[in-house]
Amino acid sequence: MAFLSHLISGVSLGSIYAIIALGYTMVYGIAKMLNFAHGDVIMVGAYSCFFMVSRYELPAVVGVVVAMVVCTILGVTIERLAYRPLRQAPALAVLITAIGVSYFLQNSALLLWTSNPKVFPSIVGNGSLKLFDGQLSISYTALLTVVTCIIIMMALTWFTSKTRMGKAMRAVSEDKGAAQLMGINVNATISMVFAIGSALAAIAGILLCSAYPTLSPTTGSMPGIKAFTAAVFGGIGSIPGAMIGGILLGVIEIFGKAYISTQLSDAIVFLVLIVVLLVRPTGLLGKSVQEKV
Amino acid sequence: MKMKKTLACTLAATLAFALAACSEDAPTTTASSTSAAATAIKIGATGPLTGGAAIYGQAARNGAQIAVDEINALGGIQLELNYQDDEHDAEKAVNAYNTLKDWGMQISLGSVTSTPAIATGAENFTDRIFALTPSASSVDVTAGKDNVFQMCFADPNQGSASAQYIVDQKLGTKVAVIYKNDDAYSTGIFNTFKTTAETLGLEIVSTSTFTEDSQQDFSVQLGDAKSKGADIIFLPIYYTPASLILQQAASIDYTPKFFGVDGMDGILTLEGFNTALAEGVILLTPFNADSTDAKTEAFVATYQSKFGEVPNQFAADGYDCIYAIYQAIQAGNITVDLSAEAINDILIAQFTTMTFNGITGTDVTWGTNGQVSKAPKGMIIKNGAYAGLD
Repeated sequence: MAFLSHLISGVSLGSIYAIIALGYTMVYGIAKMLNFAHGDVIMVGAYSCFFMVSRYELPAVVGVVVAMVVCTILGVTIERLAYRPLRQAPALAVLITAIGVSYFLQNSALLLWTSNPKVFPSIVGNGSLKLFDGQLSISYTALLTVVTCIIIMMALTWFTSKTRMGKAMRAVSEDKGAAQLMGINVNATISMVFAIGSALAAIAGILLCSAYPTLSPTTGSMPGIKAFTAAVFGGIGSIPGAMIGGILLGVIEIFGKAYISTQLSDAIVFLVLIVVLLVRPTGLLGKSVQEKV
Repeated sequence: MKMKKTLACTLAATLAFALAACSEDAPTTTASSTSAAATAIKIGATGPLTGGAAIYGQAARNGAQIAVDEINALGGIQLELNYQDDEHDAEKAVNAYNTLKDWGMQISLGSVTSTPAIATGAENFTDRIFALTPSASSVDVTAGKDNVFQMCFADPNQGSASAQYIVDQKLGTKVAVIYKNDDAYSTGIFNTFKTTAETLGLEIVSTSTFTEDSQQDFSVQLGDAKSKGADIIFLPIYYTPASLILQQAASIDYTPKFFGVDGMDGILTLEGFNTALAEGVILLTPFNADSTDAKTEAFVATYQSKFGEVPNQFAADGYDCIYAIYQAIQAGNITVDLSAEAINDILIAQFTTMTFNGITGTDVTWGTNGQVSKAPKGMIIKNGAYAGLD
């Protein structure tokens, strides 16, 4: 029973990583850049929801919608102001810009909302589902997290494979120049990806803070790094990869804590990553792309 | 191009404005100082006035400020207090300390929390500026520094006193400990707790840890404690992670007793925290705001009228620090024109020989190692407020 309950905690934590990792992986797939500010967009999403629900006492749904709108606008604005002017610049310049944006968001949050932690109200209440005569309890937040993660995953797969916009995304990801020649608006497509990724970040932020209810300006940074690891683990650029990577990472983290040592859990997570990358340098589901000369 | 730049700037401004719209009330001032003339002895201190440990810094500052105001109102020796924010960060604390040195600090109250206090304590030692920290309880704060003293009891004392208390009051037989292994304060208390528990025959059935980077999910730690039948959980940690532990324990229907140390103080004032979760939590602190002692009653009344809340032990520590220094200043005939180094030598001589009666303890004395000797008091959270346990 303990095993099962650890597995559930792991899958639920992993689902949050997976939703965050989707944001990283989609942006990488299309713009070939690592958006390190993604973790901080999560934090902004969580704060937006917090203010709606806790301060203005609006229903949770309003909080979620407002958080998604705020994050979408923020994500697109970041892309427009910080990344688009550097489209032709070396990858390293964009990477440093992304780190800069991350610190900018964190410090703005410190200034606006101070670093005093806030307790985030769970959007589905603190109850839990009891199974096997109460021996196993699954919190509603965990259930919601896993279900949301599956829905998002299915919706994204459908979107990228069936819709015109999705096709455009795949085309841009494959070859920007050729896509442009075919009449695809590359800039609009990239903005679109940032919009989707940031809306997902808002959802991830709300789920993260519902499960672990303290909210501070650095809330997003460590989960952001772990989710980035998950994206690399699953194969960066691959949507199912981010999903599998995220969930595996969550499960390994919890099992490492439970069965090996609470002191070594993070070390174990990154050790597994190193081993996977040694065996499969492109991650679990990553495609190795031949450099065109 | 110009058009684009204008557009970009407008967008950025709109964004900043939108963020500001849902901002908090303006942050409180980071430094407070009395407007005494240059004829006052300058006392400087750093503490977390913002951040995860802000409640400690603010309380210590408020308590110290009340003492300073009271002393200044007496006439005679005048004091000037300057508190700088260190956000519970060692590097920021040293920067804040340097700011205070430039300001002309003659006596220091060190830092409020352990990790920054170890850093500023080293500076105090090299600069020969006397320090009396209100609440930094790690042994490393005072170790090897002849001029750094503590007002609170040191971690080893907290750890051993906690184990002793659990045994004496028969609070439990099987103990689980969850501590933060990247924090000097938490590890220090845990180590002495463990040693004392062993000598007293108190069984520790589960020991687990977390770090700054993994202080969110405690399901494994709590699951381990639960499966091993622990009936009391010892939490030598600060209140922010403790609030998560209480919430997650409730969600798995696990209701052991929770036993905290001074870092638990503050959990009731965490914004948005459901205080029902903290019902029955026991903590050891040297200060009881319900005490009927005349000095304590007067302090609690002043604090409530000024800051609108019941003072915690950090406020009391801050208050006692100023009075202990005041007593030493009088006994050592310290005047405002003395240099920090001269004051330092007099204060060391005074502190190692004097006996102090304050609101956090009576017949308080200090050893040459800077550690204080006084008795802790047990408190329990009842109906969302502290109550004395003894």
